[in-house]
Amino acid sequence: MKKKKKTTFREVWKKHRQKYILMLPFIVLFVVFTLVPVLVSIVLSFTSFNLIEMPKFVGLRNYINLLAFDSVFLIAVKNTLLFAIVTGPVSYLLCFGLAWLINELPPKVRAVMTLVFYAPSISGGAYMIWKLIFSSDSYGYANALLMNLGIIQEPILWFANKDYIMPILIVVQLWLSIGVSFLAFIAGLQNVDRSLYEAGQMDGVKNRWQELWYITLPQMKPQLMFGAVMQITQSLSVSSISIDLVGFPSVDYAGHTILTHLHDYGNLRYEMGYACAIATILFFMMIFINIIIQKLLRKVAS
Amino acid sequence: MKKVFLAVRKGWRKFKFKRKNRSLAMDILLIILLGCIGLVSIWPLLYIINAAFKPMSEIFLFPPKLFVRNPTLNNFFDLSVLISESNVIFGRYLFNTIFLTVVGTGGTVLVGSMAAFPLAKYRFPGSKVMSSTVVYSLMFNGTVTAIPNYIIMSRLNLINTYWAVILPVVGGTFGLYLMQNFIVQVPDDLIEAAKIDGMSEYGIFFKIIMPLSRPAWITLIILSFQSFWGNTGGTFLYSEKLKPVSYMLSQVINGGIARTGAAAAVSLIMLVVPVVVFVISQSNVLETMATSGLKG
Repeated sequence: MKKKKKTTFREVWKKHRQKYILMLPFIVLFVVFTLVPVLVSIVLSFTSFNLIEMPKFVGLRNYINLLAFDSVFLIAVKNTLLFAIVTGPVSYLLCFGLAWLINELPPKVRAVMTLVFYAPSISGGAYMIWKLIFSSDSYGYANALLMNLGIIQEPILWFANKDYIMPILIVVQLWLSIGVSFLAFIAGLQNVDRSLYEAGQMDGVKNRWQELWYITLPQMKPQLMFGAVMQITQSLSVSSISIDLVGFPSVDYAGHTILTHLHDYGNLRYEMGYACAIATILFFMMIFINIIIQKLLRKVAS
Repeated sequence: MKKVFLAVRKGWRKFKFKRKNRSLAMDILLIILLGCIGLVSIWPLLYIINAAFKPMSEIFLFPPKLFVRNPTLNNFFDLSVLISESNVIFGRYLFNTIFLTVVGTGGTVLVGSMAAFPLAKYRFPGSKVMSSTVVYSLMFNGTVTAIPNYIIMSRLNLINTYWAVILPVVGGTFGLYLMQNFIVQVPDDLIEAAKIDGMSEYGIFFKIIMPLSRPAWITLIILSFQSFWGNTGGTFLYSEKLKPVSYMLSQVINGGIARTGAAAAVSLIMLVVPVVVFVISQSNVLETMATSGLKG
Protein backbone atom coordinates (compact mmCIF):
# COMPACT_ATOMS: atom_id res chain seq x y z
CA MET A 1 0.00 0.00 0.00
CA LYS A 2 2.61 2.46 1.08
CA LYS A 3 4.91 1.69 -1.83
CA LYS A 4 2.45 2.64 -4.56
CA LYS A 5 4.49 5.61 -5.73
CA LYS A 6 8.02 4.42 -5.43
CA THR A 7 9.63 7.73 -6.20
CA THR A 8 7.84 9.55 -3.44
CA PHE A 9 7.90 6.82 -0.82
CA ARG A 10 10.31 8.81 1.31
CA GLU A 11 8.16 11.91 1.09
CA VAL A 12 4.98 10.02 1.93
CA TRP A 13 6.63 8.47 4.97
CA LYS A 14 8.02 11.79 6.10
CA LYS A 15 4.69 13.52 5.78
CA HIS A 16 2.45 10.84 7.24
CA ARG A 17 4.81 8.96 9.56
CA GLN A 18 2.83 9.60 12.72
CA LYS A 19 -0.40 8.38 11.12
CA TYR A 20 1.17 5.12 10.03
CA ILE A 21 2.70 4.63 13.47
CA LEU A 22 -0.70 5.17 15.12
CA MET A 23 -2.16 2.53 12.82
CA LEU A 24 0.72 0.08 13.08
CA PRO A 25 -0.39 -2.02 16.08
CA PHE A 26 -3.80 -2.51 14.53
CA ILE A 27 -2.48 -3.31 11.06
CA VAL A 28 -0.16 -6.02 12.39
CA LEU A 29 -2.92 -7.72 14.42
CA PHE A 30 -5.48 -7.21 11.67
CA VAL A 31 -3.32 -8.80 8.97
CA VAL A 32 -2.31 -11.78 11.10
CA PHE A 33 -5.62 -12.56 12.80
CA THR A 34 -8.28 -11.27 10.40
CA LEU A 35 -7.02 -10.68 6.86
CA VAL A 36 -4.90 -13.82 6.43
CA PRO A 37 -7.57 -16.18 7.84
CA VAL A 38 -10.18 -14.64 5.53
CA LEU A 39 -7.93 -14.96 2.48
CA VAL A 40 -7.00 -18.54 3.41
CA SER A 41 -10.71 -19.39 3.72
CA ILE A 42 -11.41 -17.95 0.27
CA VAL A 43 -8.54 -20.01 -1.18
CA LEU A 44 -9.85 -23.12 0.62
CA SER A 45 -13.22 -22.61 -1.06
CA PHE A 46 -11.58 -23.84 -4.31
CA THR A 47 -10.45 -27.08 -2.65
CA SER A 48 -11.80 -30.26 -1.18
CA PHE A 49 -10.65 -30.30 2.43
CA ASN A 50 -11.72 -32.67 5.23
CA LEU A 51 -9.35 -31.34 7.92
CA ILE A 52 -7.34 -34.61 7.93
CA GLU A 53 -5.86 -34.86 4.44
CA MET A 54 -4.19 -31.98 2.65
CA PRO A 55 -6.63 -29.76 0.70
CA LYS A 56 -7.06 -30.84 -2.94
CA PHE A 57 -7.62 -28.17 -5.57
CA VAL A 58 -10.96 -28.70 -7.30
CA GLY A 59 -11.45 -25.39 -9.12
CA LEU A 60 -14.99 -24.09 -9.16
CA ARG A 61 -16.58 -27.42 -8.29
CA ASN A 62 -17.80 -26.32 -4.84
CA TYR A 63 -19.48 -23.26 -6.30
CA ILE A 64 -21.04 -25.21 -9.17
CA ASN A 65 -22.38 -27.83 -6.77
CA LEU A 66 -23.75 -25.16 -4.45
CA LEU A 67 -25.52 -23.09 -7.05
CA ALA A 68 -26.63 -25.80 -9.48
CA PHE A 69 -27.10 -29.04 -7.57
CA ASP A 70 -27.62 -28.22 -3.88
CA SER A 71 -31.36 -27.60 -3.69
CA VAL A 72 -31.18 -27.22 0.09
CA PHE A 73 -28.75 -24.33 -0.33
CA LEU A 74 -31.23 -22.53 -2.56
CA ILE A 75 -33.89 -22.94 0.15
CA ALA A 76 -31.36 -21.53 2.63
CA VAL A 77 -30.69 -18.50 0.41
CA LYS A 78 -34.40 -17.88 -0.03
CA ASN A 79 -35.05 -18.13 3.73
CA THR A 80 -32.08 -15.94 4.60
CA LEU A 81 -33.12 -13.20 2.19
CA LEU A 82 -36.75 -13.31 3.31
CA PHE A 83 -35.60 -13.14 6.92
CA ALA A 84 -33.20 -10.26 6.24
CA ILE A 85 -35.67 -8.22 4.20
CA VAL A 86 -38.08 -8.22 7.13
CA THR A 87 -35.78 -8.06 10.16
CA GLY A 88 -33.08 -5.76 8.71
CA PRO A 89 -35.14 -2.62 8.07
CA VAL A 90 -37.62 -3.18 10.92
CA SER A 91 -34.96 -3.64 13.56
CA TYR A 92 -32.98 -0.70 12.14
CA LEU A 93 -36.02 1.54 12.56
CA LEU A 94 -36.76 0.02 15.96
CA CYS A 95 -33.21 0.63 17.20
CA PHE A 96 -33.22 4.20 16.00
CA GLY A 97 -36.76 4.94 17.10
CA LEU A 98 -36.21 3.67 20.62
CA ALA A 99 -32.85 5.41 20.97
CA TRP A 100 -34.38 8.66 19.77
CA LEU A 101 -37.46 8.45 21.99
CA ILE A 102 -35.64 7.65 25.20
CA ASN A 103 -33.22 10.45 24.47
CA GLU A 104 -36.04 12.80 25.47
CA LEU A 105 -36.57 11.28 28.88
CA PRO A 106 -35.03 12.67 32.08
CA PRO A 107 -31.51 11.20 32.57
CA LYS A 108 -32.29 8.67 35.30
CA VAL A 109 -35.39 7.26 33.63
CA ARG A 110 -33.43 7.18 30.40
CA ALA A 111 -30.65 5.07 31.92
CA VAL A 112 -33.20 2.57 33.24
CA MET A 113 -35.04 2.38 29.92
CA THR A 114 -31.79 1.80 28.04
CA LEU A 115 -31.16 -1.25 30.19
CA VAL A 116 -34.74 -2.44 29.75
CA PHE A 117 -34.54 -2.38 25.96
CA TYR A 118 -31.04 -3.80 25.88
CA ALA A 119 -31.98 -6.62 28.30
CA PRO A 120 -32.50 -9.34 25.65
CA SER A 121 -29.01 -8.69 24.26
CA ILE A 122 -27.28 -8.65 27.62
CA SER A 123 -28.85 -11.80 29.01
CA GLY A 124 -26.99 -14.26 26.81
CA GLY A 125 -29.06 -17.25 25.79
CA ALA A 126 -32.24 -15.73 27.18
CA TYR A 127 -34.02 -16.17 23.87
CA MET A 128 -34.55 -19.74 25.00
CA ILE A 129 -37.55 -18.46 26.97
CA TRP A 130 -39.30 -18.29 23.60
CA LYS A 131 -39.27 -22.05 23.76
CA LEU A 132 -41.56 -21.77 26.79
CA ILE A 133 -43.79 -19.29 25.03
CA PHE A 134 -44.19 -21.43 21.92
CA SER A 135 -44.16 -24.74 23.75
CA SER A 136 -46.30 -27.21 21.81
CA ASP A 137 -48.57 -28.29 24.68
CA SER A 138 -51.54 -26.38 26.05
CA TYR A 139 -49.35 -24.90 28.82
CA GLY A 140 -47.12 -22.97 26.45
CA TYR A 141 -47.98 -19.28 26.90
CA ALA A 142 -48.98 -18.75 23.27
CA ASN A 143 -51.18 -21.83 23.14
CA ALA A 144 -52.73 -21.14 26.56
CA LEU A 145 -53.58 -17.59 25.56
CA LEU A 146 -55.13 -18.56 22.22
CA MET A 147 -57.12 -21.38 23.82
CA ASN A 148 -58.41 -19.16 26.61
CA LEU A 149 -59.54 -16.64 24.05
CA GLY A 150 -61.28 -19.45 22.20
CA ILE A 151 -59.40 -18.80 18.97
CA ILE A 152 -58.08 -22.35 18.78
CA GLN A 153 -59.33 -25.60 20.28
CA GLU A 154 -56.19 -27.75 20.07
CA PRO A 155 -52.65 -26.64 20.97
CA ILE A 156 -50.56 -25.72 17.92
CA LEU A 157 -47.26 -27.52 17.36
CA TRP A 158 -45.44 -24.28 16.62
CA PHE A 159 -41.99 -25.59 15.79
CA ALA A 160 -43.27 -28.59 13.82
CA ASN A 161 -45.29 -26.54 11.35
CA LYS A 162 -43.35 -25.03 8.49
CA ASP A 163 -45.74 -22.08 8.18
CA TYR A 164 -45.00 -20.88 11.71
CA ILE A 165 -41.24 -21.41 11.87
CA MET A 166 -40.13 -18.37 9.87
CA PRO A 167 -42.55 -15.88 11.49
CA ILE A 168 -41.49 -17.07 14.95
CA LEU A 169 -37.80 -16.72 14.09
CA ILE A 170 -38.46 -13.23 12.77
CA VAL A 171 -40.24 -12.19 15.97
CA VAL A 172 -37.45 -13.58 18.16
CA GLN A 173 -34.76 -11.91 16.05
CA LEU A 174 -36.52 -8.54 16.24
CA TRP A 175 -36.81 -8.90 19.99
CA LEU A 176 -33.12 -9.77 20.18
CA SER A 177 -31.86 -7.18 17.72
CA ILE A 178 -31.97 -4.10 19.94
CA GLY A 179 -28.25 -4.32 20.53
CA VAL A 180 -25.16 -2.84 18.92
CA SER A 181 -26.93 -0.36 16.63
CA PHE A 182 -29.19 0.78 19.46
CA LEU A 183 -26.20 1.61 21.69
CA ALA A 184 -24.39 3.31 18.80
CA PHE A 185 -27.48 5.45 18.11
CA ILE A 186 -27.75 6.42 21.78
CA ALA A 187 -24.10 7.47 21.80
CA GLY A 188 -24.59 9.25 18.48
CA LEU A 189 -27.53 11.24 19.81
CA GLN A 190 -25.26 12.51 22.58
CA ASN A 191 -22.96 13.82 19.89
CA VAL A 192 -25.56 16.07 18.30
CA ASP A 193 -24.82 19.68 19.02
CA ARG A 194 -27.47 20.96 21.43
CA SER A 195 -27.23 24.53 20.18
CA LEU A 196 -28.58 23.35 16.82
CA TYR A 197 -31.87 22.43 18.49
CA GLU A 198 -32.03 25.84 20.10
CA ALA A 199 -31.31 27.54 16.80
CA GLY A 200 -33.88 25.28 15.15
CA GLN A 201 -36.57 26.42 17.55
CA MET A 202 -35.87 30.02 16.67
CA ASP A 203 -35.90 29.22 12.97
CA GLY A 204 -39.38 27.76 13.31
CA VAL A 205 -38.95 24.01 13.68
CA LYS A 206 -42.50 23.28 14.78
CA ASN A 207 -42.55 19.77 16.17
CA ARG A 208 -40.36 16.81 17.02
CA TRP A 209 -40.75 15.25 13.59
CA GLN A 210 -39.39 18.31 11.81
CA GLU A 211 -36.60 18.49 14.33
CA LEU A 212 -35.78 14.84 13.67
CA TRP A 213 -35.74 15.31 9.91
CA TYR A 214 -33.90 18.64 9.66
CA ILE A 215 -31.50 18.48 12.60
CA THR A 216 -31.07 15.07 14.23
CA LEU A 217 -30.82 12.79 11.20
CA PRO A 218 -28.33 14.91 9.21
CA GLN A 219 -26.17 15.20 12.33
CA MET A 220 -26.09 11.45 12.81
CA LYS A 221 -25.01 10.36 9.34
CA PRO A 222 -21.92 8.39 10.43
CA GLN A 223 -23.82 6.46 13.11
CA LEU A 224 -26.68 5.78 10.72
CA MET A 225 -24.20 4.31 8.24
CA PHE A 226 -22.61 2.24 10.98
CA GLY A 227 -26.02 0.95 12.04
CA ALA A 228 -26.85 0.00 8.46
CA VAL A 229 -23.70 -2.08 8.09
CA MET A 230 -24.40 -3.79 11.42
CA GLN A 231 -27.99 -4.58 10.43
CA ILE A 232 -26.89 -6.08 7.12
CA THR A 233 -24.34 -8.38 8.70
CA GLN A 234 -26.62 -9.36 11.58
CA SER A 235 -29.80 -9.96 9.64
CA LEU A 236 -28.00 -12.16 7.11
CA SER A 237 -26.05 -14.08 9.78
CA VAL A 238 -28.90 -15.78 11.59
CA SER A 239 -28.05 -19.29 12.75
CA SER A 240 -27.98 -20.01 16.47
CA ILE A 241 -31.55 -18.90 17.18
CA SER A 242 -32.73 -21.15 14.36
CA ILE A 243 -30.73 -24.15 15.54
CA ASP A 244 -31.63 -23.67 19.22
CA LEU A 245 -35.32 -22.91 18.76
CA VAL A 246 -36.59 -24.93 15.82
CA GLY A 247 -33.85 -27.56 15.81
CA PHE A 248 -31.50 -28.72 13.12
CA PRO A 249 -32.48 -29.73 10.54
CA SER A 250 -35.82 -27.96 10.84
CA VAL A 251 -39.10 -29.30 9.48
CA ASP A 252 -39.04 -29.07 5.66
CA TYR A 253 -35.93 -26.88 6.04
CA ALA A 254 -38.31 -24.05 6.96
CA GLY A 255 -35.76 -22.56 9.38
CA HIS A 256 -32.73 -23.40 7.24
CA THR A 257 -30.46 -20.42 6.56
CA ILE A 258 -27.14 -19.92 4.79
CA LEU A 259 -25.32 -20.10 8.10
CA THR A 260 -27.08 -23.24 9.32
CA HIS A 261 -26.09 -24.77 5.97
CA LEU A 262 -22.52 -23.68 6.67
CA HIS A 263 -22.75 -25.10 10.18
CA ASP A 264 -23.90 -28.40 8.65
CA TYR A 265 -20.91 -28.72 6.32
CA GLY A 266 -18.29 -27.06 8.53
CA ASN A 267 -19.06 -28.45 11.99
CA LEU A 268 -20.91 -31.70 11.28
CA ARG A 269 -19.68 -33.08 7.95
CA TYR A 270 -16.18 -31.56 8.02
CA GLU A 271 -16.33 -30.60 4.34
CA MET A 272 -14.37 -27.40 4.90
CA GLY A 273 -13.87 -26.56 1.22
CA TYR A 274 -17.61 -26.58 0.68
CA ALA A 275 -18.20 -24.64 3.93
CA CYS A 276 -15.67 -22.02 2.82
CA ALA A 277 -17.48 -21.67 -0.50
CA ILE A 278 -20.73 -21.03 1.39
CA ALA A 279 -19.00 -18.40 3.56
CA THR A 280 -17.52 -16.75 0.48
CA ILE A 281 -20.88 -16.56 -1.29
CA LEU A 282 -22.44 -15.04 1.83
CA PHE A 283 -19.54 -12.61 2.02
CA PHE A 284 -20.10 -11.34 -1.52
CA MET A 285 -23.86 -11.20 -0.98
CA MET A 286 -23.30 -8.94 2.02
CA ILE A 287 -20.88 -6.71 0.14
CA PHE A 288 -23.32 -6.41 -2.75
CA ILE A 289 -26.25 -5.58 -0.47
CA ASN A 290 -24.05 -3.16 1.45
CA ILE A 291 -23.15 -1.24 -1.71
CA ILE A 292 -26.81 -0.97 -2.71
CA ILE A 293 -27.89 0.19 0.75
CA GLN A 294 -25.11 2.76 1.00
CA LYS A 295 -26.15 4.18 -2.38
CA LEU A 296 -29.77 4.25 -1.28
CA LEU A 297 -28.94 5.99 2.00
CA ARG A 298 -26.84 8.58 0.18
CA LYS A 299 -29.71 9.29 -2.19
CA VAL A 300 -32.12 9.74 0.70
CA ALA A 301 -29.60 12.00 2.44
CA SER A 302 -29.25 14.33 -0.55
CA MET B 1 -2.89 25.79 23.13
CA LYS B 2 -5.11 27.56 25.59
CA LYS B 3 -7.76 28.05 22.98
CA VAL B 4 -8.01 24.34 22.37
CA PHE B 5 -8.36 23.47 26.03
CA LEU B 6 -10.98 26.11 26.59
CA ALA B 7 -12.98 24.76 23.68
CA VAL B 8 -12.76 21.20 24.99
CA ARG B 9 -13.82 22.27 28.44
CA LYS B 10 -16.71 24.25 27.12
CA GLY B 11 -17.84 21.17 25.30
CA TRP B 12 -17.79 19.16 28.49
CA ARG B 13 -20.20 21.40 30.27
CA LYS B 14 -23.70 20.07 30.30
CA PHE B 15 -26.07 21.91 28.10
CA LYS B 16 -29.34 22.78 29.73
CA PHE B 17 -32.25 24.01 27.77
CA LYS B 18 -35.91 23.17 27.66
CA ARG B 19 -37.49 22.20 24.39
CA LYS B 20 -40.77 23.94 23.82
CA ASN B 21 -41.88 22.40 20.55
CA ARG B 22 -43.42 19.25 22.04
CA SER B 23 -47.09 18.39 22.24
CA LEU B 24 -48.38 16.72 25.41
CA ALA B 25 -50.67 14.28 23.58
CA MET B 26 -47.82 12.90 21.51
CA ASP B 27 -45.64 12.67 24.63
CA ILE B 28 -48.24 10.49 26.36
CA LEU B 29 -48.73 8.33 23.28
CA LEU B 30 -45.01 7.72 22.91
CA ILE B 31 -44.56 6.92 26.59
CA ILE B 32 -47.31 4.28 26.35
CA LEU B 33 -45.58 2.83 23.28
CA LEU B 34 -42.24 2.72 25.09
CA GLY B 35 -43.87 1.04 28.07
CA CYS B 36 -45.36 -1.73 25.92
CA ILE B 37 -42.09 -2.51 24.16
CA GLY B 38 -40.32 -2.31 27.52
CA LEU B 39 -42.61 -4.94 29.02
CA VAL B 40 -41.69 -7.38 26.27
CA SER B 41 -37.98 -6.61 26.55
CA ILE B 42 -37.63 -6.86 30.30
CA TRP B 43 -38.96 -10.42 30.39
CA PRO B 44 -35.71 -12.44 30.25
CA LEU B 45 -34.22 -10.29 32.98
CA LEU B 46 -37.18 -10.95 35.28
CA TYR B 47 -37.11 -14.61 34.37
CA ILE B 48 -33.43 -15.07 35.23
CA ILE B 49 -33.70 -13.14 38.50
CA ASN B 50 -36.76 -15.09 39.63
CA ALA B 51 -35.41 -18.48 38.60
CA ALA B 52 -32.30 -18.02 40.72
CA PHE B 53 -34.38 -17.74 43.90
CA LYS B 54 -36.82 -20.53 43.14
CA PRO B 55 -36.77 -23.68 45.28
CA MET B 56 -36.51 -26.95 43.33
CA SER B 57 -40.25 -27.57 43.61
CA GLU B 58 -40.98 -24.32 41.79
CA ILE B 59 -38.28 -24.74 39.16
CA PHE B 60 -39.88 -27.97 37.99
CA LEU B 61 -43.41 -26.67 38.44
CA PHE B 62 -45.54 -27.36 35.44
CA PRO B 63 -46.84 -25.19 33.89
CA PRO B 64 -43.91 -22.85 34.67
CA LYS B 65 -44.54 -19.59 36.50
CA LEU B 66 -42.55 -16.41 35.92
CA PHE B 67 -42.52 -15.09 39.48
CA VAL B 68 -41.08 -16.88 42.49
CA ARG B 69 -43.47 -17.65 45.40
CA ASN B 70 -41.18 -18.87 48.20
CA PRO B 71 -37.81 -17.29 47.51
CA THR B 72 -34.78 -19.23 48.79
CA LEU B 73 -31.01 -18.91 48.70
CA ASN B 74 -30.52 -22.68 48.36
CA ASN B 75 -29.41 -22.44 44.74
CA PHE B 76 -26.53 -20.22 45.76
CA PHE B 77 -25.50 -22.59 48.57
CA ASP B 78 -25.55 -25.50 46.11
CA LEU B 79 -23.39 -23.50 43.76
CA SER B 80 -20.88 -22.58 46.46
CA VAL B 81 -20.52 -26.26 47.37
CA LEU B 82 -19.90 -27.14 43.73
CA ILE B 83 -17.34 -24.37 43.45
CA SER B 84 -15.46 -25.47 46.57
CA GLU B 85 -15.27 -29.03 45.22
CA SER B 86 -13.52 -27.90 42.05
CA ASN B 87 -9.84 -28.77 41.52
CA VAL B 88 -8.80 -25.26 40.66
CA ILE B 89 -9.57 -22.60 43.24
CA PHE B 90 -12.21 -20.10 42.24
CA GLY B 91 -9.85 -17.16 42.62
CA ARG B 92 -7.78 -18.51 39.76
CA TYR B 93 -10.79 -18.55 37.40
CA LEU B 94 -11.66 -15.08 38.55
CA PHE B 95 -8.15 -13.81 37.90
CA ASN B 96 -8.23 -15.29 34.38
CA THR B 97 -11.52 -13.60 33.61
CA ILE B 98 -10.39 -10.25 34.98
CA PHE B 99 -7.13 -10.42 33.03
CA LEU B 100 -8.85 -11.36 29.76
CA THR B 101 -11.57 -8.76 30.17
CA VAL B 102 -9.40 -5.84 31.26
CA VAL B 103 -6.52 -6.38 28.83
CA GLY B 104 -8.84 -7.41 26.00
CA THR B 105 -11.22 -4.48 26.40
CA GLY B 106 -8.40 -1.99 26.97
CA GLY B 107 -6.53 -3.29 23.94
CA THR B 108 -9.59 -3.20 21.71
CA VAL B 109 -10.41 0.38 22.64
CA LEU B 110 -6.85 1.71 22.45
CA VAL B 111 -5.58 -0.10 19.35
CA GLY B 112 -8.88 0.39 17.50
CA SER B 113 -9.14 4.10 18.31
CA MET B 114 -5.49 4.75 17.43
CA ALA B 115 -6.06 3.31 13.99
CA ALA B 116 -9.50 4.89 13.62
CA PHE B 117 -8.24 8.45 14.09
CA PRO B 118 -6.03 8.75 10.94
CA LEU B 119 -8.58 6.84 8.88
CA ALA B 120 -11.42 9.10 9.99
CA LYS B 121 -9.70 12.46 9.73
CA TYR B 122 -7.04 12.27 6.99
CA ARG B 123 -6.52 11.20 3.41
CA PHE B 124 -3.14 9.59 2.82
CA PRO B 125 -1.77 6.82 0.62
CA GLY B 126 -3.47 3.59 1.67
CA SER B 127 -6.22 5.16 3.75
CA LYS B 128 -9.02 4.42 1.30
CA VAL B 129 -8.02 0.79 0.78
CA MET B 130 -7.73 0.33 4.52
CA SER B 131 -11.15 1.88 5.23
CA SER B 132 -12.98 -0.40 2.83
CA THR B 133 -11.03 -3.48 3.93
CA VAL B 134 -12.16 -2.73 7.47
CA VAL B 135 -15.86 -2.61 6.54
CA TYR B 136 -15.74 -5.67 4.34
CA SER B 137 -13.92 -7.87 6.80
CA LEU B 138 -16.83 -7.34 9.20
CA MET B 139 -18.84 -9.37 6.73
CA PHE B 140 -16.84 -12.59 6.61
CA ASN B 141 -18.30 -15.21 8.88
CA GLY B 142 -16.11 -16.43 11.74
CA THR B 143 -17.06 -20.11 11.51
CA VAL B 144 -14.71 -20.93 8.64
CA THR B 145 -11.90 -18.59 9.63
CA ALA B 146 -11.60 -20.45 12.94
CA ILE B 147 -9.46 -23.15 11.31
CA PRO B 148 -6.86 -20.90 9.64
CA ASN B 149 -6.89 -18.87 12.84
CA TYR B 150 -6.07 -21.93 14.92
CA ILE B 151 -3.20 -22.87 12.61
CA ILE B 152 -1.75 -19.36 12.81
CA MET B 153 -2.06 -19.40 16.60
CA SER B 154 -0.23 -22.70 16.92
CA ARG B 155 2.53 -21.56 14.55
CA LEU B 156 3.01 -18.50 16.75
CA ASN B 157 2.96 -20.70 19.88
CA LEU B 158 0.01 -18.77 21.23
CA ILE B 159 -2.31 -21.70 21.88
CA ASN B 160 -3.12 -22.04 25.55
CA THR B 161 -2.12 -18.48 26.39
CA TYR B 162 -4.37 -15.53 27.16
CA TRP B 163 -3.23 -13.91 23.92
CA ALA B 164 -4.98 -16.53 21.81
CA VAL B 165 -8.28 -15.14 23.11
CA ILE B 166 -7.32 -11.47 23.21
CA LEU B 167 -5.37 -10.78 20.02
CA PRO B 168 -7.95 -11.89 17.41
CA VAL B 169 -10.54 -9.61 19.00
CA VAL B 170 -8.13 -6.66 19.12
CA GLY B 171 -7.23 -7.39 15.49
CA GLY B 172 -10.91 -7.48 14.54
CA THR B 173 -12.39 -4.48 12.81
CA PHE B 174 -15.54 -3.90 14.82
CA GLY B 175 -13.98 -1.55 17.36
CA LEU B 176 -12.14 0.43 14.74
CA TYR B 177 -15.26 0.81 12.60
CA LEU B 178 -17.35 2.02 15.53
CA MET B 179 -14.69 4.55 16.61
CA GLN B 180 -14.11 5.74 13.06
CA ASN B 181 -17.76 6.72 12.69
CA PHE B 182 -17.62 8.90 15.77
CA ILE B 183 -14.17 10.41 15.33
CA VAL B 184 -15.26 11.66 11.90
CA GLN B 185 -17.47 14.13 13.75
CA VAL B 186 -14.69 15.78 15.74
CA PRO B 187 -14.44 19.27 14.25
CA ASP B 188 -11.52 19.78 11.85
CA ASP B 189 -10.97 23.32 13.16
CA LEU B 190 -9.98 21.94 16.50
CA ILE B 191 -7.38 19.63 15.01
CA GLU B 192 -6.03 22.47 12.88
CA ALA B 193 -5.79 24.76 15.89
CA ALA B 194 -3.91 22.11 17.82
CA LYS B 195 -1.51 21.65 14.92
CA ILE B 196 -0.82 25.36 14.76
CA ASP B 197 -0.04 25.18 18.46
CA GLY B 198 2.56 22.53 17.61
CA MET B 199 0.79 19.44 18.86
CA SER B 200 1.86 16.11 17.39
CA GLU B 201 -0.66 13.60 16.03
CA TYR B 202 -0.17 11.58 19.21
CA GLY B 203 -0.96 14.61 21.32
CA ILE B 204 -4.05 15.35 19.25
CA PHE B 205 -5.19 11.76 19.64
CA PHE B 206 -4.90 11.66 23.42
CA LYS B 207 -5.85 15.23 24.27
CA ILE B 208 -8.57 15.99 21.71
CA ILE B 209 -9.85 12.94 19.85
CA MET B 210 -10.28 10.65 22.83
CA PRO B 211 -11.91 13.13 25.23
CA LEU B 212 -14.33 14.21 22.51
CA SER B 213 -15.35 10.72 21.44
CA ARG B 214 -16.09 9.53 24.94
CA PRO B 215 -19.65 8.30 24.22
CA ALA B 216 -18.20 6.09 21.49
CA TRP B 217 -15.46 4.41 23.48
CA ILE B 218 -17.69 3.93 26.49
CA THR B 219 -20.12 2.13 24.18
CA LEU B 220 -17.23 0.06 22.88
CA ILE B 221 -16.21 -0.80 26.44
CA ILE B 222 -19.74 -2.08 27.16
CA LEU B 223 -19.80 -4.29 24.07
CA SER B 224 -16.26 -5.55 24.44
CA PHE B 225 -16.65 -6.26 28.14
CA GLN B 226 -19.76 -8.26 27.46
CA SER B 227 -18.08 -10.47 24.88
CA PHE B 228 -14.93 -11.10 26.95
CA TRP B 229 -16.98 -11.79 30.07
CA GLY B 230 -18.97 -14.47 28.27
CA ASN B 231 -15.91 -15.95 26.53
CA THR B 232 -15.21 -19.49 27.71
CA GLY B 233 -11.80 -19.73 26.04
CA GLY B 234 -13.03 -22.43 23.66
CA THR B 235 -10.32 -24.49 22.02
CA PHE B 236 -7.70 -21.80 22.48
CA LEU B 237 -7.31 -22.34 26.24
CA TYR B 238 -7.17 -25.99 27.23
CA SER B 239 -5.33 -25.86 30.52
CA GLU B 240 -7.78 -25.73 33.43
CA LYS B 241 -5.64 -23.11 35.14
CA LEU B 242 -6.20 -20.63 32.34
CA LYS B 243 -9.96 -21.11 31.97
CA PRO B 244 -12.19 -18.13 32.81
CA VAL B 245 -15.15 -18.05 35.21
CA SER B 246 -17.69 -18.39 32.41
CA TYR B 247 -16.16 -21.76 31.46
CA MET B 248 -16.32 -23.00 35.04
CA LEU B 249 -19.91 -21.86 35.39
CA SER B 250 -20.93 -23.36 32.06
CA GLN B 251 -19.64 -26.68 33.39
CA VAL B 252 -22.12 -26.35 36.26
CA ILE B 253 -24.95 -25.77 33.78
CA ASN B 254 -23.91 -28.83 31.78
CA GLY B 255 -23.90 -30.93 34.94
CA GLY B 256 -27.34 -32.38 34.41
CA ILE B 257 -30.82 -31.99 35.78
CA ALA B 258 -29.84 -32.23 39.45
CA ARG B 259 -27.94 -29.00 39.08
CA THR B 260 -30.78 -27.01 37.58
CA GLY B 261 -31.02 -24.90 40.73
CA ALA B 262 -27.30 -24.12 40.81
CA ALA B 263 -27.46 -23.41 37.09
CA ALA B 264 -30.17 -20.81 37.67
CA ALA B 265 -27.89 -19.16 40.24
CA VAL B 266 -25.09 -19.25 37.67
CA SER B 267 -27.23 -17.49 35.07
CA LEU B 268 -27.94 -14.70 37.53
CA ILE B 269 -24.28 -14.27 38.51
CA MET B 270 -23.21 -14.27 34.86
CA LEU B 271 -25.79 -11.57 34.20
CA VAL B 272 -25.22 -9.30 37.19
CA VAL B 273 -21.68 -8.22 36.32
CA PRO B 274 -22.37 -7.11 32.72
CA VAL B 275 -25.53 -5.35 33.91
CA VAL B 276 -23.60 -3.40 36.55
CA VAL B 277 -20.90 -2.48 34.04
CA PHE B 278 -23.61 -1.54 31.57
CA VAL B 279 -25.43 0.75 33.98
CA ILE B 280 -22.25 2.50 35.17
CA SER B 281 -20.91 2.97 31.64
CA GLN B 282 -24.23 3.94 30.13
CA SER B 283 -24.78 6.67 32.69
CA ASN B 284 -21.40 8.04 31.61
CA VAL B 285 -22.42 7.99 27.95
CA LEU B 286 -25.50 9.94 28.80
CA GLU B 287 -23.75 12.52 30.90
CA THR B 288 -21.21 13.67 28.39
CA MET B 289 -22.30 16.00 25.73
CA ALA B 290 -18.93 16.02 24.21
CA THR B 291 -19.01 18.08 21.09
CA SER B 292 -21.78 20.48 21.96
CA GLY B 293 -20.78 24.02 21.29
CA LEU B 294 -17.86 22.95 19.13
CA LYS B 295 -19.47 22.40 15.78
CA GLY B 296 -20.83 24.81 13.23
